[in-house]
Formats: sequence, structure tokens, C-alpha cells
Amino acid sequence: MKIAVCLKQVPSTDTRIKIAPDGKRIDPAGVTFVTNPYDEFALEEAIRLKEAKGGEVVVLSAGGQGAVAALRNALAVGADSAVLLKTDADPDALAVARLLADEIGGKGYDLVLCGKQAVDDDAAQVGPMLAEMLDLPCATVVVKLELTEGKARATREIEGGVEIVEMPLPAVIAAQKGLNEPRYASLKGIMAAKKKPVEEKAASAAAAKVEIVSLALPPARQAGRIVGEGAAAVPELVRVLREEAKVL
Amino acid sequence: MSILVFVEARDGKIKSNSLEAVSEARRLADEGSPGEVFAVVPGSKGEGAAALGAYGADRVWTVDHELVARYQPESFVACVLEAVKKASAQVVLFPASAMGRDLAPRVAGRLGAGLASDCTALDWQGGALVATRPVYAGKAISTVKIAGSPALASLRPRAFPQMERRPGTSAAVEVLGITLDASRARVRTIEVGASEGGRVDLTEAEIIVSGGRGLRGPENFHLIEELAEALGGTVGASRAVVDAGWRPHAEQVGQTGKTVSPKLYVAVGISGAIQHLAGMSSARCIVAINKDPEAPIFKVADYGIVGDAFEIVPALTEALKGLRVGS
Ligand SMILES: Cc1cc2nc3c(=O)[nH]c(=O)nc-3n(C[C@H](O)[C@H](O)[C@H](O)COP(=O)(O)OP(=O)(O)OC[C@H]3O[C@@H](n4cnc5c(N)ncnc54)[C@H](O)[C@@H]3O)c2cc1C
Ligand SMILES: Nc1ncnc2c1ncn2[C@@H]1O[C@H](COP(=O)(O)O)[C@@H](O)[C@H]1O
Repeated sequence: MKIAVCLKQVPSTDTRIKIAPDGKRIDPAGVTFVTNPYDEFALEEAIRLKEAKGGEVVVLSAGGQGAVAALRNALAVGADSAVLLKTDADPDALAVARLLADEIGGKGYDLVLCGKQAVDDDAAQVGPMLAEMLDLPCATVVVKLELTEGKARATREIEGGVEIVEMPLPAVIAAQKGLNEPRYASLKGIMAAKKKPVEEKAASAAAAKVEIVSLALPPARQAGRIVGEGAAAVPELVRVLREEAKVL
Repeated sequence: MSILVFVEARDGKIKSNSLEAVSEARRLADEGSPGEVFAVVPGSKGEGAAALGAYGADRVWTVDHELVARYQPESFVACVLEAVKKASAQVVLFPASAMGRDLAPRVAGRLGAGLASDCTALDWQGGALVATRPVYAGKAISTVKIAGSPALASLRPRAFPQMERRPGTSAAVEVLGITLDASRARVRTIEVGASEGGRVDLTEAEIIVSGGRGLRGPENFHLIEELAEALGGTVGASRAVVDAGWRPHAEQVGQTGKTVSPKLYVAVGISGAIQHLAGMSSARCIVAINKDPEAPIFKVADYGIVGDAFEIVPALTEALKGLRVGS
């Protein structure tokens, strides 16, 4: 099996967002960058499939030099090789999908794994866009994946339940939390990763069609008030919910 | 200016998220250069289609075919692409529901079009569609301009009003002339499993009661369920209790769970970690019940009670049972 995994480097989820002076992006000072959490599920699934069925896992990221950290980490966890599609521009999802499609297409991949969404831009677009560009079947928000005889069977989360879909391989799968429990890199893995190849390719992303005009913090929520302590405060809570907040 | 709306129907019934999208399309059409609003409803025999006129649709295309009887991505993409062409649409709107979130990027990928997902507001600026959308799970708000035609956007459920802008008006309903190709429909649904009781999904819920590690164990979540029931709400959870296996992942609220904006959010035994706050800070009213007066959840809560959830929650449930809960 030849598997591609698309990884994005994003600010860690405990980041307190500050806006840069240009008012269009976040201030990167003091921000820790990590692999997008959903991409860790995608990577783990790829490595498990390789362990079960043999084959090769290639990790890809489009971005600046910083993305190499995410790729190296993936190599340490068990991926075989990495490709950085190096771009300094701020591509939108469409441009990223195009870069990934051009790199992945025609190379004989059986499976392409992505995260459900990147937790920075929250677009949830690249996986299914990439699938359409490669003309491959695709399932998104996948919490369980089984591969048998050239087919993928995926359980996907939908409103109020799940649905199980089946499609021929090759296919694109976008991972949701619950798919698996990602492992950590071992010391041995980290050492081995140093010898694994990271290929850097200059990539030119198309101009963003979704262009950022501004980025701002949401209106701060005012801390409200403590209506009381213990069960004795219940009548007052019910009163304010009815009379002040008017939500009951 | 011609605007197309993808309308979602389930078991023949048009979803409220799609009425919101049609209402917004009408508003945009009226405020932009004059134009028509079209709707495409795959999987519809026409039930409720004419009534979309009241919300602002001028023309509705239905597709009644076994390939679209339920969501089938390739066939739905084909229907939307055909409708885009027929309408010469410059803007295409989708509800950002499970279905819309799967479908919209596929359509964008096929058209090479820009898509702003999960928008909370839309407007015109110098003839271009401008969208407001939460990013970093709501820790920041981004304003984006969608260049090129068509411009695509998906609308966060419950963020746009559902409005009968033209009461009594019927839309012209036609069958979308399209030949669907079964060999293109590669993703086949094998089975659909509903979660218990067909409860309202968190993203669509008006009222949410969430429980955290303060509940001490899964056996105590009946307290949360009973409170939710008394309020007519849906149960949510923190990641800590989902990771512990007390509750299913579908109930997780937060940066790596669901982003919700209900009318009322009650957090019980939840500390208010930044990742949890990210998912629920846009709720209209937040109530926190926590024994620690210093818990960060109180910094975002409108109302709080400090104390033991095991004592407060049953008392609150009892008090609410006495009230008639309306909207
Ligand atoms: C990558 C990443 C993503 C994450 N994503 C999410 C996410 O999407 N959603 C999310 O929720 N978290 C997320 N987290 C986890 C988050 O950081 C917190 O660990 C988690 O939210 C804590 O859950 P909790 O509030 O239930 O538990 P705790 O933080 O342990 O809080 C329990 C609270 O219960 C109170 N309590 C205890 N006993 C009682 C009692 N008898 N009565 C009343 N109150 C009581 C305590 O005072 C305390 O405030 C994420 C973390 C990471 C690293
Ligand atoms: N720059 C990128 N490089 C590689 N993969 C990416 C990139 N951006 C997004 N992805 C993949 O696409 C998924 C969805 O991202 P998004 O559409 O941006 O929310 C992510 O979880 C990644 O798997």
C-alpha cells in the first residue's frame, strides 16, 4: 500500500490569539506550532495500515520552512519519507489542494489521508477539494476505517448519528477524532527520522481566491455574576434566566 | 446577480438551515444588483419546494432520483454543478451542515472557486461577496473577500435568521433536467445509524447542558440528562470526559469537538479550559455550576452558582419541571 498523509502545522490549541499589527494575521510571537491534531489521527491510521499490510507512508505539507518540524515528527512516528511544498505565500484551501493534487496525482497512491479540518483556518476544505481535483472518491469526518479487497469502508459522523459508506480505492479520507489513539514518537524513532529524506520542492501557489481582509478578536465576554452558593441559589438562577436573560 | 442556494431536505422535509440560507440569499439579492434567487433540492419530489418562495426563492429545481434519495456526494455535486450552470450563478450558498460541509468544498474543487466556510455574516463590498467567519475555533474572527465567480459560502446553522421575506409568494418549481450516472456514484452508503432517540444535534440545539470531570463518573451523567430534558435541551461534554470514555465524541464541545452557539449553555463541573471556551463562547447566555469559585468558566459565564453539582443540579431540574419551557 502506498499512502499519502497531508499535514499542516498550526498554532497549538492552547494559544491565546493576539493579532499582528497588519490586522490580517496572528502575531506569531510566543506561539508554539504543532501538527494539526486531526492530522495526527490521519498519520496514525496510515502507520497502522502500513504495519498491518506493508507498504509506504509519505507525508506532505505545503508551507514555509517551519512545516519541516511537523514532517520530521511524522517521520519519527513512522512515516518513510516527507515532501515539503515550499511556499512563502499564504495560500487558501483551493491553492493548497491544487499544490497537493499536483504532487500526489499520478504517483500510484492507494490512499490519501487528511485531517477533517485545520484548527487554524477551520476551513474543512482541503480533503474533499483534493479528492475532486484527483477525481477520487472521498469520505469526510471519518471515525472508523477498514480496508478490504480494494475497497475502503468508512464510518462518518453526521448530525445525530453515523453513516457507513464504502468506496473503491484509491480514495481520500478525512480523519475525525475517534479514528484512533495517536502514538508518540519514541527516542529510537526520533533518531531514525534523522536519516529519513525530506524533499523540499519550491511550489508556487495560485493567488488566494479567499482573501483575508482583516482578522480581529471576538468581542470579549463580560464576566457575569455569581447568583449564589449551593442549591439555595437555584430559585434566583431560575428568576434571572426568565426575567433578565429571557432564555426560559 | 444570480444566487443559487443548495437546499437540504431530509425525508422530504426542508431543513431549517436551508431556510436560513434562502432567506440570506434573498437579502443579498435585494441589496446587490437586482437578481434572482434559485434553489436546488436534490432528493425532493417537490414537497415544500413552492413554499421556498416565501423565504425569497424565485425558482426551485428538484431532483427525484434513486441516486439522490439520500446524500450521495458525486450525484449531489453533479446536481449543484448543473444548477450553477443553468442559473449562471455568481454566488452559491450552502448550509454548513454535515451535508453542506462535505458538499461545498467538492463543488468548489470542481469549479476552481473560492469558498468561505461556516460563515456567520455575509455582505457586499464593492461588488464582491465578503464573509465573516470564526477561525481558531472562535478565538478570532476573520473577514474574507471571495474573488472570482461564482463565489461560494457555507452558512453556519442558526447564525442567520430564517425569514419569510415575501409571505404568501410561491416559487416556480421545476424538475432539474439532469442525467445522473450510476457509475460515477462511487461512495455508497451501506448503513445509517442514528444515535439514541434521534436527539437534536449539538450544532442545531437551542439549549445545551454540558458535563465535565466534576461529575466524577459516567454513572452520574443522568443528572445532566435530566436537566437537559427539563430544559428541552441536548447533552454536551468536555473533552476530559470524552477521553475518559464516559461520553461519546459526538457530544464533545470545544476546539477539537463541536463549536456551538445555543441560546443557553449550562456548564456543569467544567473548569473552562481555553479549548472548551473556544467552542461555546458565542452562546447567547452561559450558566456555570462549579464548586471552585476561581474556575475560569466563571469568567465567561453570565450567571454562576458556586457549589456542589450533586446538590445544585437536581434542585435546578426540579425547579424547572415546574415551569413551562418555551422559546
Ligand atoms: C489539542 C487539545 C485539544 C483540546 N480540545 C478540547 C475540546 O475540544 N473541548 C474540551 O472541553 N477540552 C479540550 N481540551 C482539553 C482541555 O484542555 C481540558 O483538559 C478539558 O476541557 C478539561 O475538562 P473538564 O473541565 O471536564 O475537567 P477539569 O479541568 O478537570 O475540570 C473539572 C471541574 O469540575 C469542578 N468540580 C469538581 N467537582 C465538582 C462538584 N462536585 N461540583 C461542581 N463542580 C465540580 C472542578 O472545580 C473543575 O473546575 C483539549 C486539549 C488539547 C491539548
Ligand atoms: N498547507 C497544508 N499542507 C498539507 N496539508 C494541508 C495543508 N492545509 C490543509 N491540509 C490538510 O487538509 C486538512 C483540512 O484542512 P483545511 O481545509 O485547511 O481545514 C488538514 O487537516 C490537512 O490534512
